[in-house]
Amino acid sequence: MTTKLDYFAMRAARGLMSRREFMGRAAAMGVTATAAATLLGDAALAAGPQKGGTLRMGLQGGSSSDSLDPALATNQVALMAIRLWGEPLVELADDGGLEGKVAESFEGSADAATWTFKIRSGITFSNGKTVTAEDAAASLMRHSGEDTKSGALGIMRSVKNVRAEGDSVVVELDGPNADLPYLMADYHLIIQPNGGNDDPTAAIGTGPYIIKDVEMGVRLVAEKNPNYWGDLGNAETIELLVINDNTARVAALQSGQVDMIDRVPPKTAGLVARAPGVNVHSTAGPGHYVFIMHCDTAPFDNNDLRLALKYGINRQEMVDKILFGYGSVGNDTPINASYPFYTEIEQREYDPDKAKFHMQKSGYDGPVLLRTSDNSFPGAPDASALFQQSAKAAGINLEIKREPNDGYWSEVWNKQPFCTSYWGGRPTQDQMFTTAYLSSADWNDTRFKNEQFDQLLIAARAELDAAKRTQMYADMGNILHNEGGLICPMFNDFVDATSDRIDGYVENTAGYALMNSYAPMRMWVKA
Amino acid sequence: MGSVTRLLAQRIALGLLLLFLVSILIFVGTIILPGDVAQSILGQSATPEALANLRAELGLNEPAFSRYFSWLGGAITGDFGTALTSGLDITTEIGRRLGNTLFLAFWAAIIAVPLAIFLGLLAVRYRERWPDKLISGVTLASISIPEFLIGYVVMFYIGVKLRWFPSTAVSYRPDADLLTRLDSIALPVIVLTLVVLAHMMRMTRAAILNVMQSAYIETAELKGLTMFTIIRKHAFPNAVSPIVNVVMLNLAYLVVGVVVIEVVFVYPGMGQYLVDHVSKRDVPVVQACGLIFAAVYIGLNMVADIVSILSNPRLRHPK
Repeated sequence: MTTKLDYFAMRAARGLMSRREFMGRAAAMGVTATAAATLLGDAALAAGPQKGGTLRMGLQGGSSSDSLDPALATNQVALMAIRLWGEPLVELADDGGLEGKVAESFEGSADAATWTFKIRSGITFSNGKTVTAEDAAASLMRHSGEDTKSGALGIMRSVKNVRAEGDSVVVELDGPNADLPYLMADYHLIIQPNGGNDDPTAAIGTGPYIIKDVEMGVRLVAEKNPNYWGDLGNAETIELLVINDNTARVAALQSGQVDMIDRVPPKTAGLVARAPGVNVHSTAGPGHYVFIMHCDTAPFDNNDLRLALKYGINRQEMVDKILFGYGSVGNDTPINASYPFYTEIEQREYDPDKAKFHMQKSGYDGPVLLRTSDNSFPGAPDASALFQQSAKAAGINLEIKREPNDGYWSEVWNKQPFCTSYWGGRPTQDQMFTTAYLSSADWNDTRFKNEQFDQLLIAARAELDAAKRTQMYADMGNILHNEGGLICPMFNDFVDATSDRIDGYVENTAGYALMNSYAPMRMWVKA
Repeated sequence: MGSVTRLLAQRIALGLLLLFLVSILIFVGTIILPGDVAQSILGQSATPEALANLRAELGLNEPAFSRYFSWLGGAITGDFGTALTSGLDITTEIGRRLGNTLFLAFWAAIIAVPLAIFLGLLAVRYRERWPDKLISGVTLASISIPEFLIGYVVMFYIGVKLRWFPSTAVSYRPDADLLTRLDSIALPVIVLTLVVLAHMMRMTRAAILNVMQSAYIETAELKGLTMFTIIRKHAFPNAVSPIVNVVMLNLAYLVVGVVVIEVVFVYPGMGQYLVDHVSKRDVPVVQACGLIFAAVYIGLNMVADIVSILSNPRLRHPK
């Protein structure tokens, strides 16, 4: 039976059989849809990519107020544009490891406080200039310093010095950090000629494509870079169209105006998947939707009250009704299986009795005010209403205050003691914890200050022994799980969709949506 | 003719005064919006240092009063400054966007205005009979449904199911040939036509019916003229002033009110441009857009006023 299925998969991959037909035959042979999709993906990859053609994508998040400066990139469209023309030193591989981009290889000193990245020899920028270690060092330095506006400033703050040394860049830290190479995969840290200091928005880099035409928030056209050093990039031309409206984006895919879209609304993803010529892909990621309490503000400064709320939320219900199954339950830590060094913690279940017990123990019996808005995460007001109902069963009176989308991130999030929010996640535990759970973190949006947690975090950075590090992160996870101000009911999947016109989607890659935003380069237009 | 020139000058001066007042309103309005530009630009990923740096660079620490006058001075000379977020020159950007919006509005108007007037005349001709009821029913229904919903319905049936036209206007490029451009804006034009049709058609119908009660129409009827000739030659010229008024109002709507349609169909016009920058608190762009929208609105209404004055001798010679 397997050979027959393989044969079908091969035919499907070569376009001799439709994907729909293949899935049908696979189902008839008793193969689950997931397994069949994987098989088909493997077969498509084995058949090999085809070169040429124009690949169009419709993406959400772009705006005419965007800039081409990688330091200022904040959304999916800006990220996708960066991927086309530029590269960081290293990049996340599909399995969550690292692969070299502008850097050929890297190594750390024994104390993990100094890291050396060897620049790939002989590669050039799209303006013909050869990439030097000086360019790379200047690129990193542009994101540090007090007057930068870069989104990577948080990462660069622990960097003491960057210098070029022969054909290598040496990054010196103010303390050990075993994860530094992961930080260098940040999408802001693109290597530009002279560090981009001459013209940060020139979009000149070492990427597989060259930007030909750009109108911010509308369209971006890129053509294959003939001098690209690697084998990335199949389509001759990639067109990026900004379609912020959900319905319009799905319609554009269905009518063949675009070949791939991101952020299919979970609510309609099931319906979209049934449309002819459309494939919906769901990828687990580190992104999560949260309810955050300030641990230093009454009544949330009482851990029993926090526990009461944690027990008073029905996580599975949220996954079913808010994510429509496109996600997984959270466990009150920001970490899930998509992280390296992950250990499972016993799942906290919805338990009205325990919630009631902790509520009584806290001695607080007034109402608890929860602020929410539509843009804190899709469906946040609905999720808040669900939370209100499940908490009510435990005798907790949750009051919901709907805040305007406008100004939510400046007026409510990280200001008000209890609100809904989301996190995109980070590639490593260290980065996630350092960003939001270290006592001194700028975005410590739960005001979580725990000395033991901080010590473990610093110690884990210097720990090169994987087993010991895993244990440390497990301990930290437990502290957050039991004492933190984070209620994490769910991890949201990335839901993308592609048309039958293109092939080569790889399921379950690490990083961001659309194959860590490499889908347009790695997929191909079927002949 | 001296009095007419004076009247025109008066109208234009009034329009300019109104525009000046609007500029103050826009400026104050954008200042009291919640949130802060720097925070909105950097989003959730803002660090306090980055925020402080950006705020200083954008000149947000200066007093509002001096910011208003330097802005107004620039606006009068056609210089709206640069967008805070992208650093691009606002005047060139708006020039391009306004061109796109006008292109869309022009084609919607070319179809909607004659169609509305013709349907209005037709409704009068067959007053209280089924063509009148059908026309009124359909146009009233289409104006009552929210325009984004009409947009989605049209997108789904004509764009996705029938595939007559592209489902969104993303493929629109100002430098393409006319046919390609018309093809990509077909759906938004259809929706806009449906949205503005009812208002103009109803007004045409009402204005002409009003005139039809007059004695001279009866005379024309008694002369033995056909109904349509009476409407065209006798009733319509006398009903033109309210019709022009409502047509201008709808033209203004086609330019300044198409925000929703532009966003739904992803058309790179002024509306989309404005929405993008409102959400990022890019105040100079919002102010510039607001001022231009106000100018278009005031301008078109002024034209309507002037036309109705000129077409009506009683208004031309006020007591």
